[in-house]
Amino acid sequence: MANNEQTHSHFPWSHVIGFALSIILTLFALWVGFESGLSNTMIVVVVVGLALIQATIQLVMFMHMTESEDSKYQTGTILYALFIAIAVVVGTIWVMSFGMSHM
Amino acid sequence: MDAVEHSPNTPLEYQSETGRLNILGFWIFLGAEIALFSTLFATYFVLDGRTAGGPVPAELFEVKGVLIETFLLLTSSFTCGLAIHYMRRHSLKGLFLWIGITLALGLSFLGFEIYEFVHYIHEGAALTTSAYWSAFFVLTGTHGAHVAMGIAWIALILIQLKQRGLTPDTSRKVFISSLYWHFLDVVWIFIFTAVYLLGMVM
Amino acid sequence: MKWDEFFVTGDPLIYGADVSIALTLIGVIFVLTYFKKWKWLWTEWLTTVDHKKLGIMYVMAAVMMLFRGGVDALLMRAQLTVPDAGFLDSTHYNEIFTTHGTIMIIFMAMPFLIGLMNVVIPLQIGARDVAYPFLNAVSFWTFFMGAMLFNISFVIGGSPSAGWTSYVPLAGLELSPSVGQNYYLLGLQIAGIGTLLTGINFLVTILKMRAPGMKLMQMPIFTWSSLITSVIIVFAFPVLTVALALMTFDRLFGSHFFTLMDGGMPMLWANLFWIWGHPEVYIVILPAFGMFSEIISTFARKTLFGYKAMVYSMVVIAGLSFLVWVHHFFTMGAGGAVNSFFSITTMLIAVPTGVKIFNWLFTLYKGRIKFTTAMLWSLAFIPNFVIGGVTGVMLAMAAADYQYHNTYFLVAHFHYVLISGTVYACFAGLHFWYPKMFNHRLNEKLGKWTFWIFVAGFNLCFFPMYFLGLAGMPRRVYTYGAADGWMSLNVLATMGGVLMGIGFLILVYNIYFSFRYSPRETTGDPWDGRTLEWATAAPVPFYNFAHVPEVKGHDAYWIAKKEGRAKEKKPYKPIHMPSNSGVPVIMSTFFFISGFGMVFSWHWMSIAGLIGVLATMVIRSFDYDKGFYVSVEEIEKHEQTTE
Ligand code: HEM
Ligand SMILES: [Cu+2]
Repeated sequence: MANNEQTHSHFPWSHVIGFALSIILTLFALWVGFESGLSNTMIVVVVVGLALIQATIQLVMFMHMTESEDSKYQTGTILYALFIAIAVVVGTIWVMSFGMSHM
Repeated sequence: MDAVEHSPNTPLEYQSETGRLNILGFWIFLGAEIALFSTLFATYFVLDGRTAGGPVPAELFEVKGVLIETFLLLTSSFTCGLAIHYMRRHSLKGLFLWIGITLALGLSFLGFEIYEFVHYIHEGAALTTSAYWSAFFVLTGTHGAHVAMGIAWIALILIQLKQRGLTPDTSRKVFISSLYWHFLDVVWIFIFTAVYLLGMVM
Repeated sequence: MKWDEFFVTGDPLIYGADVSIALTLIGVIFVLTYFKKWKWLWTEWLTTVDHKKLGIMYVMAAVMMLFRGGVDALLMRAQLTVPDAGFLDSTHYNEIFTTHGTIMIIFMAMPFLIGLMNVVIPLQIGARDVAYPFLNAVSFWTFFMGAMLFNISFVIGGSPSAGWTSYVPLAGLELSPSVGQNYYLLGLQIAGIGTLLTGINFLVTILKMRAPGMKLMQMPIFTWSSLITSVIIVFAFPVLTVALALMTFDRLFGSHFFTLMDGGMPMLWANLFWIWGHPEVYIVILPAFGMFSEIISTFARKTLFGYKAMVYSMVVIAGLSFLVWVHHFFTMGAGGAVNSFFSITTMLIAVPTGVKIFNWLFTLYKGRIKFTTAMLWSLAFIPNFVIGGVTGVMLAMAAADYQYHNTYFLVAHFHYVLISGTVYACFAGLHFWYPKMFNHRLNEKLGKWTFWIFVAGFNLCFFPMYFLGLAGMPRRVYTYGAADGWMSLNVLATMGGVLMGIGFLILVYNIYFSFRYSPRETTGDPWDGRTLEWATAAPVPFYNFAHVPEVKGHDAYWIAKKEGRAKEKKPYKPIHMPSNSGVPVIMSTFFFISGFGMVFSWHWMSIAGLIGVLATMVIRSFDYDKGFYVSVEEIEKHEQTTE
């Protein structure tokens, strides 16, 4: 269970750090996309990775996913949702890719 | 029912049974939202490139506009977090201030997005133009509609805060709406990356 | 639009339906007014948030839908009995198989199961209600309004006719220009909101509202199956929501997701539909598994064999059910790698299912079996379901499926799993938990008549279909030629269908008969039950438990009885309960209005309806009603009836 004294009497450090990190990650993704000269596949891998990190920052530092007595269930829900997201997105692209070459 | 099994340090929103139940339920709802947006993303990826001879995204997307939208939403997520921080220090004033800023940022985001849409439509890229633009408008539009809903919802909660002050009930509502708001930023991160950034680079 | 385009005209069947709908409405209004029951209807039912009453309403609506879907089925069987029959034309036949499939899955099977979940789950876990009683009422009413919206297509505007799977381009604007398909899209969309909310509600209820002492691994198995079902609902239904919305945009606003023109991809619809569709078939089978487990264990008078294996196999099924969807369109040509992958995952999912079959058999082994009606349904389920499962694995072989796909073999497969799985379970569960709903049992003798006639009819109807499929008869054809040689098996199938109809009528008569003549319950534990729902008083008071029960292991009530704790006396304390609310039914009515407007593209009406929905949400947001307390005197009054 979250504790007021420890987390919330002082300067909101975790928020500020999270915010700074988000901005840095966004700009870095931009740089990777336009300036890094990586191959297209690598760009996709890196920027999607960066997006996932940034999402995790939001979930943990801003949304306090892990703070309450139900943090296990909350984290479990989000992880399961991630599994579904990957299954739906990757699966659909894979299954439909053959259809593309038909057109 | 409202068993008192918390220390005085427990944030208000977790102090009632209803509070704890609703917060967990809302996390599960967010799980469902992830499934919903995943389906929209999957659709977008499959239809990517199917512009049927009409305008293509790389011609229309502009780094500057997208970055402004991104930073507006990112900052609003940060200020929303600060609002919760002040709420937990029982500072109604701080809460109002930061939520107010959050809403203002959210509204400007919406303004920019609407401007962007109108611009595209002027350039001949609308919902009905091609499969690609259908997917684009429905994905980003669903997100935008969520933002609009969020603004209206939070505004209603502000009225209730004015009427009742900080109670386990009102702080629960504020906290849950803040989860929603942060979540919309999470979705935007992926829209920024997958739709705009990759759309411009590829 | 002229009135004769608005109302469906030109068919005696439909005029008959018009007349009977009007007469029924007038009859209901008359009875309610004559007996001065309007207020009672409003306060006791329309505004209730009590999970037991909502459950009863779900079940009643589901039985009504079973009747409607059953009539559709018999009409189809009548047309197919002999070659070149002229009873239904092709359009009419298409409409009927579409409404039959949609209604049976979405508006019959799911609500029936969700209804029984509503009645039983809070009782089984020793809770006073679900986590969100208000939302529960929203769930019911959105389901109900969605179902009504879908059903009125029969008399207003015309029914959908592109199949329950609504494949494009057939379901697109060019080939289905009538409003029928819009009814499908909006009816399912509105009902889907309710289903999603149910999923969230039961997930939180089961995770958070269990009686003190009940660990996850001590939950009754039906509770476990409902938990897993809820997980699947939460993650599968949003996919359907999106798929329906995209097709709605295509049809109403000119977008190009699934169109043939301008880059649209018709196959994407099939893909999205089945990403939801396969988990959906597990949504309707897992609660059924749970019910059979409870019933078999109760009437074999043994604890369930392999409880842990049962739980883990359901967890595995929940994960795998999202990884098999392509088996529904192997023939679409997604390529060898894709088909092989999904062929293997599909066969894998049969493994945990098989594990469960063995667990039921071992539970029966050396049990002192009581052959009640509920038990008979459960016993018949096992062999029949095995037939459905084995033929499922045959279909799962991608190469072989090119032969079976879209033939009557497939039709036989899914009826073997859906009827002998889901429908048998609904009947078994209805008999088993009926005392908890209406405080009397269903008549056992009539119950057994229904059982024998229905089971015989079912096998007679669907077993021949496997062979019709192997002989090449395609599904969804409205007639066939004499030279095809399919007549004799079709005659058998129709005879079976008629028997099932008779079985259903006996069940309906049984409901009436038992209401009149069955002795009322006095103990609350008619079957010598094992789980906590049998610990409640008869009739079950609206607050369920006077004392929150304490749980000391699996089969909590059984243990309590053994230890002589079942009828302990302790002083009562006031009980907190939620207040009734008229918001859910009003909000759902606005959903209905909005959906109806969308169907006909009357945008003023759909926007007005949406404003109504939002307004009711705002009203709810400003409502700080905290419920009320039940006094000790009132509790004493309710509990006295038990002795
Ligand atoms: C042993 C596990 C099962 C396996 C391996 C299996 C396999 C399959 C396959 C491969 C198909 C597609 C065949 C085709 O279209 O050519 C299919 C269709 C179907 N299955 Fe199953 N199945 C299983 C269990 C179930 C269960 C438990 C249910 C529901 C309670 C179910 C309901 C359906 C339905 C409704 C369809 C056809 C839908 C349509 O095309 O209209 N199946 N099954
Ligand atoms: Cu399937």
